[in-house]
Amino acid sequence: MELRKTFASATALALVMASGAHAQSLTIATVNNGDMIRMQGLSGEFTEATGIELEWVILEENVLRQRVTQDIATSGGQFDIMTIGMYEAPIWAERGWLVSLDGLPGEYDIDDILPAMRAGLSFEGSLYAAPFYGESSMVMYRTDLMEAAGLEMPEEPTWDDIAAAAAAMTDRDAGINGICMRGRAGWGENMAFITTVANSFGARWFDENWTAQLDSPEWLEAVTFYNDLIQNYGPSGAANNGFNENLTLFQQGRCGMWLDATVAASFVTNPDDSTVADSVGFALAPNRDGMDKRANWLWAWALAIPAGTQQEAAAMEFINWATSKDYLELVAEREGWANVPPGSRTSLYENPEYAEVPFADMTLRSINAADPNNPTVDPVPYVGIQFVAIPEWSGIGTLAGQEFSDMVAGRQTPEQALARAQALVTDEMEAAGY
Amino acid sequence: MARTVTAQRKAINTAVAWVIGILIFFPILWTILTSFKTEAQAIADPPVWFFFDWTLENYRVVQERSNYSRFLWNSIIIAGGSTALGMLVAIPAAWSMAFVPSNQTKNILLWMLSTKMLPAVGVLYPIYLIFIQLGLLDSRFGLTIVIMLINLPIMVWMLYTYFKEIPGEILEAARMDGAGLREEILFVLTPMAIPGIASTVLLNIILAWNEAFWTLNLTAARAAPLTAFIASYSSPEGLFYAKLSAASTMAIAPILILGWFSQKQLVRGLTFGAVK
Repeated sequence: MELRKTFASATALALVMASGAHAQSLTIATVNNGDMIRMQGLSGEFTEATGIELEWVILEENVLRQRVTQDIATSGGQFDIMTIGMYEAPIWAERGWLVSLDGLPGEYDIDDILPAMRAGLSFEGSLYAAPFYGESSMVMYRTDLMEAAGLEMPEEPTWDDIAAAAAAMTDRDAGINGICMRGRAGWGENMAFITTVANSFGARWFDENWTAQLDSPEWLEAVTFYNDLIQNYGPSGAANNGFNENLTLFQQGRCGMWLDATVAASFVTNPDDSTVADSVGFALAPNRDGMDKRANWLWAWALAIPAGTQQEAAAMEFINWATSKDYLELVAEREGWANVPPGSRTSLYENPEYAEVPFADMTLRSINAADPNNPTVDPVPYVGIQFVAIPEWSGIGTLAGQEFSDMVAGRQTPEQALARAQALVTDEMEAAGY
Repeated sequence: MARTVTAQRKAINTAVAWVIGILIFFPILWTILTSFKTEAQAIADPPVWFFFDWTLENYRVVQERSNYSRFLWNSIIIAGGSTALGMLVAIPAAWSMAFVPSNQTKNILLWMLSTKMLPAVGVLYPIYLIFIQLGLLDSRFGLTIVIMLINLPIMVWMLYTYFKEIPGEILEAARMDGAGLREEILFVLTPMAIPGIASTVLLNIILAWNEAFWTLNLTAARAAPLTAFIASYSSPEGLFYAKLSAASTMAIAPILILGWFSQKQLVRGLTFGAVK
């Protein structure tokens, strides 16, 4: 009898607890990046001012993307605000999945958003996601190692400058690699980086008729250059390195240069975490001698409202708070200007106090050097710099990324990687009806 | 017939067992150690082992940022609830298969097992859409049912194996003494199968506790268990390994303690019937 009672009461307990009451609040899906954590920490102020409670769902980036896509495509209604990137914003807006942010009040000053960011997050002239922070990519380098090598990094380096600096700083016996770059497969990992290198060598993913161009001499030149750099001067196991792995290496003093997101600047110059904090310099992403396209990307983590939410007005109010000028000042007041989310507003870069932050100027110049509407030397039918803003991109980018990661691991040559990537991309695009 | 085991062989066996044990436990040990380091120490090269300034800072930060008790409570409800509901179905099912088998019993057992062969993601969208229709998304009730259904084949199989070891004559004797079906299952079969039932319960609690696919996909804020709590400390742009380790340690601690105290029961249950 005892056992039956136990089962019965356990079941009853499970059922009662499972049907808890639902409080009225906004559910916000986001990632665990430093700036978002800070926003979560400061959001008590928003709740205090408006009475709107916030529920945070913090997920790993890929899980977030999958969960959010799944929810929005099935009208699941799980989230009132979603953190999305520059890749998703125009595609989802076109499908009618997002609420236009035209309803933001006048004092929000939409014209203050950096033009490149606004362009990348808009569809047909309307903003669909408000940039919380934006980034480009640039060169971060060790000033002490450059000095020891007798070299000076120009503010606007060419790929030849980078190759020469990498060769000079590499000291394998001391465990120092001249250059660290992304090698791990993924459309947002190695393909983001390799695509920018390709752009700067005059290559493009597709011609105006959506024919894949990975068999072009420009691609071969770009990929061979990248592969030579990483093989000769990169760390061992580079095929597994993404942002965080390279950040670790750089902070440990194992990289002479690191080419990656501008947002990393605040990490590598933070003396609490970085052993090289006081000897980091910044330069624009490189170009090829004589070509005007630089290898820098453009990305934003932005807040958007899924169509069909029951709480559109409250969600709009939160976005107005979290991406406003006042929020930037609030962060500056509490945590200092270096911790203000970068790359979203023009007024931030006009602020003399912010100008004293060591990486402020180079971040702005990098962002301004990126033009998502004209990413390549030759004309292309797509927008996006380190990605192609079509729904098929996440698939083809990841497939191609695997080939290039295999190349970095030494399992195939640049020629083989490009031939296989070209075949994969062509198949996928044909299947998708291009 | 017992084999004679030489002292040397015994020593080798012991050494090998220790090495394997340490290898298996090492990732958990490293996670626990890392949770007491600073973020800079967590990525230090060469790695620091035991001699560093142990700090509780990460635990403090995690406590401050996340509502740990809510995640823990959800985990307890989902793991406990799904196991309880599952046993309610699995015990009668295993009983009937073990003691009154039909000629289809073998096929039913295999069919049940075959449901475990389909990758979970294959049925994600149907289940997600059903959950939307029924309003079960982000509810502990919905998740309890799904986890119960996922683990049910394993429960039935384990219990079936244990029940098969119990001589049918004992149940017959009970029937001769006038026991009805309910009395037979509750007072004769169940007490004899307690070790088997206990290990099935424990294993299922562990499986449900660690289940990460459905718990991440079907929850958002309200019903999210500890798996979502860990996931929230992974970062695409930023190094939070020490905090991630602290969150992991907090998530696995309850189940680790449960496993530690019930290891005798677990081993006994898992080897039940293994030696003929």
